Amino acid sequence: MRIKKIMAAAAVLLLLLAAALSAGGGKPESTVIVAGSTSVQPYAEMLAEEYSILYPEREVDVQGGGSSTGITAALSGTADIGMSSRELKGDEENTWNAIIAKDGLVVIVHPDNPIGDLTVEQVRGIYAGTFTTWSELGGTAEHKIHVIAREEGSGTRSAFESMVMDGVMITPTAIVQASNGSVRQLVGSDRNSIGFISLGLVDDTIKDLKLDGISASWENIMNNSYMLFRPFIFVANVEPSGPAKHFIDFVLSAEGQALLTREGLISITEGAQ
Amino acid sequence: MKTFRENLSGYIFMLLALSSISALALITVFIIVQGAPLIADVGVIDFIFGMTWAPSQGEYGIFPMIIGSLSVTLGAVILGVPVGICCAIFLAEFAPVKLRNLFRPAIQLLAGIPSVVYGFWGLIFIVPFIRDYLGGPGLSILAASVILAIMILPTVISISEVSILALPRQYKEGALALGMTHWQTIFYVILPAAKSGIVAAIILGIGRAIGETMAVIMVVGNATAIPTSILDPVRTLTTNIGIEMGYASGEHRQALFATGIVLFIIIMVLNSLAQYITRKK
Repeated sequence: MRIKKIMAAAAVLLLLLAAALSAGGGKPESTVIVAGSTSVQPYAEMLAEEYSILYPEREVDVQGGGSSTGITAALSGTADIGMSSRELKGDEENTWNAIIAKDGLVVIVHPDNPIGDLTVEQVRGIYAGTFTTWSELGGTAEHKIHVIAREEGSGTRSAFESMVMDGVMITPTAIVQASNGSVRQLVGSDRNSIGFISLGLVDDTIKDLKLDGISASWENIMNNSYMLFRPFIFVANVEPSGPAKHFIDFVLSAEGQALLTREGLISITEGAQ
Repeated sequence: MKTFRENLSGYIFMLLALSSISALALITVFIIVQGAPLIADVGVIDFIFGMTWAPSQGEYGIFPMIIGSLSVTLGAVILGVPVGICCAIFLAEFAPVKLRNLFRPAIQLLAGIPSVVYGFWGLIFIVPFIRDYLGGPGLSILAASVILAIMILPTVISISEVSILALPRQYKEGALALGMTHWQTIFYVILPAAKSGIVAAIILGIGRAIGETMAVIMVVGNATAIPTSILDPVRTLTTNIGIEMGYASGEHRQALFATGIVLFIIIMVLNSLAQYITRKK
């Protein structure tokens, strides 16, 4: 009797193993895997949703992970398309890539903060740790500024570094959060904080600051007076074909671009003007 | 036939046991292969005692994170251990059976709450409380210490309680027979006798606190500077890996694995210490 039990147990184990193996190995041919920047992710998810309504037989799977992970995944073939919210650098430029939209970057504070306008130098000073209290910037409060930044390697952070910091390091005393959403949440709950997020994510829980007197609006980015914006890029190992190309074509089409504009991004057709 | 059956079942169990051990071996080898080259490049001293963490500039110093891990863990021990030990004494010595039967499952439940729930709760209640009443950004050593203190309670309580209950009855009976009060018996006889078990409980609690990631990441602020007060944000070794792994590539990713090596060594030392102490008695 016992040997039968053991045999049965072994058989079950084998079956489980086989099931696990086949589950891991079998993805439908038509599924397009898109992975990368958490800044691009929400927009890619909306695009994928719209796409699946238009083409119910096709499937797009959007995953996060971060710009660098996305590019690596695209290069290794783990993902069909990588998403990047920072400029490509070094070897990465030798890949197939396309800018799908541009995204504004906004410096935000708590709605109760009396300050509504800072110069780029002042923002740089805050993030470098030169200014530490709001009164140094014309605020009334003697409170310390709670500086909130994104983590090393984040596309949003590197965009902020290259456009605002000008080679100066962000102070190590800055609080680090791992997503645009948590930066917004934190700034919305802390009166003395300052942060930066995507233009598309600005809502009324926080106040967006004017930079050098110019507000971060779609119009001001279009006419090049507001300078903080960055590209959202799709990356692939080789020139995409088949299902991946079909999805990219949709993203770059008038429909796809209209959706991105509606969500607060700057479409590439407009950005080229 | 009998021996064949016996042998076969023995082999199957050995195979399964080996698979769990080999998982450990695989992870260890992988972490070391990925992380060690970077430590060699940067230099052990510069890596461990370096003050600047700026992977984009090629600076890999994890000293602020080591300080972060130590301060958060120390805070958790200061807040959590006295409560935990008192609770264990209460359960082992004072609690009526009914109450004990209520407390034990409740404490086990505390261990079963997912850490992300602790973190979320901390972010919504502890962090604003600290910000409003004590100052600073709220995300701080103190916030993480409070959360971790609660998280290590089940470990500290259950192991301390077990070691108190495991004492021979004669200790307590003898002490009481000599005219000691219950309180004196606990303080002068039971606690010293159960010392090694309690110390092991504390060390395992420390191990839990140092290794915790998700809950800490949400409330600790993750700043890479050396803190000057318990209201300052810090970054621990685990949150350094957790917060940056998504975006890390190349050397940066190696540096995170190297952080993992340091963490691994710390946990290993703590665990062997706990084992050594429990065996010594």
